[in-house]
Amino acid sequence: MPRKTMIEAIRDAMDVMMGRDDNVVVFGEDVGFFGGVFRCTQGLQAKYGKSRCFDAPINESGIVGAAVGMAAYGLRPCVEIQFADYMYPAYDQIVSEAARLRYRSNGQFTCPLVVRMPTGGGISGGQTHSQSPEALFTHVAGLKTVVPSTPGDAKGLLIAAIEDPDPVIFLEPKRLYNGPFDGHHDRPIIPWSKHEFGEVADGHYVVPLGKAAIRRKGAMLTVLAYGTMVYVAMAAAAETGVDAEIIDLRTLVPLDLETIEASVRKTGRCVIVHEATRTSGFGAELSALVQETCFYHLETPIVRVTGWDTPYPHAQEWDYFPGPARVGRAFLEAMEP
Amino acid sequence: MTDHPRLTLHVPEPAVRPGGVPDFSSVQVPHAGSVARPEVDADPESIRDLAYSIIRVLNRDGVAVGPWAGLLSSEQLLDGLRDMMTLRAFDARMVTAQRQGKTSFYMQHMGEEAVSCGFRRVLSPGDMNFPTYRQAGLLIAGGYSLVDMMCQIYSNELDPLKGRQMPVLYSSRKDGFFSLSGNLATQYIQAVGWAMASAIKNDTKTAAAWIGDGATAESDFHAALVFASTYKAPVVLNIVNNQWAISTFQGIARGGSGTFAARGLGFGIPALRVDGNDYLAVFAVARWAVERARRNLGPTIIEYVTYRVGAHSTSDDPAAYRPKSESDAWPLGDPVIRLKNHLIALGVWSDERHKQAEAEVLDTVITAQKEAESHGTLHAGGQPSVRDMFEDVYAKMPPHLRRQRQQAGV
Repeated sequence: MPRKTMIEAIRDAMDVMMGRDDNVVVFGEDVGFFGGVFRCTQGLQAKYGKSRCFDAPINESGIVGAAVGMAAYGLRPCVEIQFADYMYPAYDQIVSEAARLRYRSNGQFTCPLVVRMPTGGGISGGQTHSQSPEALFTHVAGLKTVVPSTPGDAKGLLIAAIEDPDPVIFLEPKRLYNGPFDGHHDRPIIPWSKHEFGEVADGHYVVPLGKAAIRRKGAMLTVLAYGTMVYVAMAAAAETGVDAEIIDLRTLVPLDLETIEASVRKTGRCVIVHEATRTSGFGAELSALVQETCFYHLETPIVRVTGWDTPYPHAQEWDYFPGPARVGRAFLEAMEP
Repeated sequence: MTDHPRLTLHVPEPAVRPGGVPDFSSVQVPHAGSVARPEVDADPESIRDLAYSIIRVLNRDGVAVGPWAGLLSSEQLLDGLRDMMTLRAFDARMVTAQRQGKTSFYMQHMGEEAVSCGFRRVLSPGDMNFPTYRQAGLLIAGGYSLVDMMCQIYSNELDPLKGRQMPVLYSSRKDGFFSLSGNLATQYIQAVGWAMASAIKNDTKTAAAWIGDGATAESDFHAALVFASTYKAPVVLNIVNNQWAISTFQGIARGGSGTFAARGLGFGIPALRVDGNDYLAVFAVARWAVERARRNLGPTIIEYVTYRVGAHSTSDDPAAYRPKSESDAWPLGDPVIRLKNHLIALGVWSDERHKQAEAEVLDTVITAQKEAESHGTLHAGGQPSVRDMFEDVYAKMPPHLRRQRQQAGV
């Protein structure tokens, strides 16, 4: 199977869908001629024309608001917000409009819209190019929220998102664009071409929304992670020797609770890892769900490893980022009798 | 069905793409000195034409002409030249420092030096700028320490912002430089709020808002115009039109409007366009607008017509979206060379003295750089404390953050 970067896989998904469905349109800041600052849309304007892939004015509210109008008309817009950190002006359009259109119109108007945004830190981006705002979306009724961790998943999930009848927030861990990243920032970068998860099938396929993947089978501890943190958790398992079962959630809403429950009932221990700030983070929801569904199977308290409750700093990036050492300590904490 | 032809989507395109011959025939450049200079209390309705012209002072021979000329002494002009040369030398050194991994990122001003350097010289103590990432001339022309700027860029142990912010996102309240955010246009409406506060408190301070051509598309820009118009806030609304917003040419943000300045006309805000590469014109128009604000006559929009010669940032390569030689074809020239030629025409400057000044400026910048680097660069030497990462999230650290700091072991 060919290997691709996550950027190429995302581009491939849009290419496949634009080829199959004239209603799929792609736009955003620098997205048209240039192909996006991360090059995810490179070549799409040349291939499908300016009416299908175009540059937007710098107005995130405008990008999502226009996409809501197009989706209501019957198109399937797949728009890009250049960084998730730039999303806030669009939040009203996402929360009050896209998420509720089907409900408030009794299905007369719907919003089959995908909002793609690069998320997460590890690129010296400081507070406005590093945030992980997934919990701001998972908290909103009517939205689906997806976070891929491999190129193959990124393509299949994005195709599923574009085909979905409802609005989907598609968060792309930008530190995974060019290769897996386990938090060891001082080691050489591994490209996707050298990693088995870099395999991306050609043509149309779907990775269904709401299905988690078990990245490492294990008996002693369940680890719930998504995006970049999947690789950090894998490194922590290898380095601590803890036989952890690492679940890559892939979709936060809808959530694959069945897979989580089966694993925690088996292991009796649970560590939750995310890069976003801790308080009211998605880890809090996961912790509550595990407690509600697996309380009598838990041997030790659930442990969360997250970013600190501060803005994302520039110079202290690696002290902020929950790397393998911190995650590994949490594994050992959860393993205490 | 109607008899009308099918609809099509209009997407603006720049005149030329990479590989083409640069073409600025659409930029109408009036003769220097040809645009009238109204009184500052002129009825905005009577000066609507200023939003469609370009106020220029320096002519092709380097002579200052027309009603906007004659405001600056030779000494002031020499200061202005040195400000711009310092900014240019500073930029060159910092781009090279970034390329060598001493910092993560940098944004230079090449071609736009006159805008922020000229504007800074019309402000009074207490006035506040709400800048973008390309107005470091406000700091340099205001006498801010080059070492402090570099320490911020290097995120080192003396970084005034303690390593928290990306390079060039400076903040200096005492120098009238509002904290840079890193996202776009948010500062524009905040400047209006600051100016309204000055009016509420019957103060004498004014505010200056800054934005690029691309970011005028943001809703916060339009919010700023509404508030400034409604409350006649003492604010100067600066738009730096450098033609390119990363890869998108200014037509994507401007749309069908004739000029960015003309955006103000619907709000009843006087709007002037100025040659942004003409230090004398920038100074004259800025002074006119600040005077209006100071006299409680309300907001003014200034569109600086200029060109971003360099890349958007060190993460950008403009060769992918515009002709490589486009900057050479820019009809308004280079701000440093134009002021230099004016000073030579005045008889107070020469090529030799300019060369000597270049060497002096470079020496000043190198000395500052050595001092800054003795306190560390992004990945080497003195670093900001990790403990500081947890400070200033709140005025008083709440218990949950204190616990997290303990967990972090710092």
